[in-house]
Amino acid sequence: MIELIHEYWLYFLVGQYPNGPLGGLSLTILLSGAALVLAMPLGLLLGVARVSPWRAVRWPVTALVQVVRAVPLLLVVFWAYFFLPAVTGVKTGQATTMLMTLVLFDAVYLAEIVAAGIRALPKGQMESARSLGLGYFAALRLVLLPQALKNVLPSLVNQLVSTIKATSLGYIIGLSEVSFIATQVNTLVFTKAVEVYIILALTYFVLCFGLSRLAFLLERRLGRRAGRVSPISL
Amino acid sequence: MTFFDPGILQSGQYHDWLVQGLILSLQLTAASFVLALPFGALLALMRSSPNRVLQAIGATVVEAIRNVPLLAHLLFWYFAFPELLPEPVKLALYDSNPEAICAVIALSLYAGVHMAEDIRSGIRAVPAAQLEAARSLGLGRFAAVRLVLMPQAIRISVPPLLSQTVNLWKDTSVATVIGAAEMMYQAARVETASFRSVEAFTFATLAYLTVSLLISLAAQLYQRRFPVRTA
Repeated sequence: MIELIHEYWLYFLVGQYPNGPLGGLSLTILLSGAALVLAMPLGLLLGVARVSPWRAVRWPVTALVQVVRAVPLLLVVFWAYFFLPAVTGVKTGQATTMLMTLVLFDAVYLAEIVAAGIRALPKGQMESARSLGLGYFAALRLVLLPQALKNVLPSLVNQLVSTIKATSLGYIIGLSEVSFIATQVNTLVFTKAVEVYIILALTYFVLCFGLSRLAFLLERRLGRRAGRVSPISL
Repeated sequence: MTFFDPGILQSGQYHDWLVQGLILSLQLTAASFVLALPFGALLALMRSSPNRVLQAIGATVVEAIRNVPLLAHLLFWYFAFPELLPEPVKLALYDSNPEAICAVIALSLYAGVHMAEDIRSGIRAVPAAQLEAARSLGLGRFAAVRLVLMPQAIRISVPPLLSQTVNLWKDTSVATVIGAAEMMYQAARVETASFRSVEAFTFATLAYLTVSLLISLAAQLYQRRFPVRTA
């Protein structure tokens, strides 16, 4: 296992870079981070629309959220990869396809986080803000969202973990992220499948477990600051 | 070539491929569910037990499986795991249907740990006094867990478990990566053979949507029929 790491660590980390496109673990991390950051504005917008008092806004967004949550991510990846070029006439690369799909998925899941945050606030918050003379959007922006988004950080970190796991699906359309690179190493070495895939699993584990512990600590810290009972430790 | 030709979805070779894929996806879901539920229940009980060692084992298994993407699990079970088997077992595996078997192993483990967390929160939601009362009425520890704790915990966990089942159903699509001929694999096969991506992916989308929404509907009906009683 040591010699395997010794020989292929650079390939595993960056793929063919600088002689080719960036790949490997760096691509996995970059792509997940970028997807989550780009999804935030859309997620916020969809989340607010999901709890909007106007049906014409609420229903289409609810339908979108339900549909996206009911189909596998891989299916959307396939639609984007095979169908989109036929419509637009432009062949999108694997990284762009994956990024677009992840942004859509993250936005929908973030929307649910935002909507849940708003719904959890007492009803009186909106009512009193409105009766003090604030318009609907001002009340949302100045009173509801600051409260709803205050505790959203742990959920964001957890969503990053989900996104990192989801980038692995890029493998199927030939995106050279870390699972794809591992399989290529496996093909090159040929006799060490167990070691190669254990290393791959350990890499994901360290990354995702580390981040989910971070989310847990953040949650506890936020809970303590707000004077609430901290979640029961394991 | 027309943009959308429903004919190929109604009969012929492509229709047969897609339907076979749908059937295998349903079979993978069913087989993995049957294995994942007891595995998840066992892990949940271990994590909720007073024994520290059992707790630690349960937590380790859950975290180790949950923090690795399903795709990496599938790659491991399909490409690496058979290498660890003794020769006759390995040959027997390759003679049967290795793609489907490895997919079921990976899916059961992955769905199992997520179900374990849902069952565990179900167990935690049952007031501790229930178990204490059952014990003081003379039930043994296992009888109290089996007759008093679990029935209440399961009732609380059914809706989240059903939503895990939706995830399991969607996750069967990832088994494409090891060449299990489920619905996503067959849709891609139709696309490669005929460039009929719109028809093939429309079929897959409608099938995934229908089954997911039916399971979600079942969860809602269950919640209405058996609302959680609070003590």
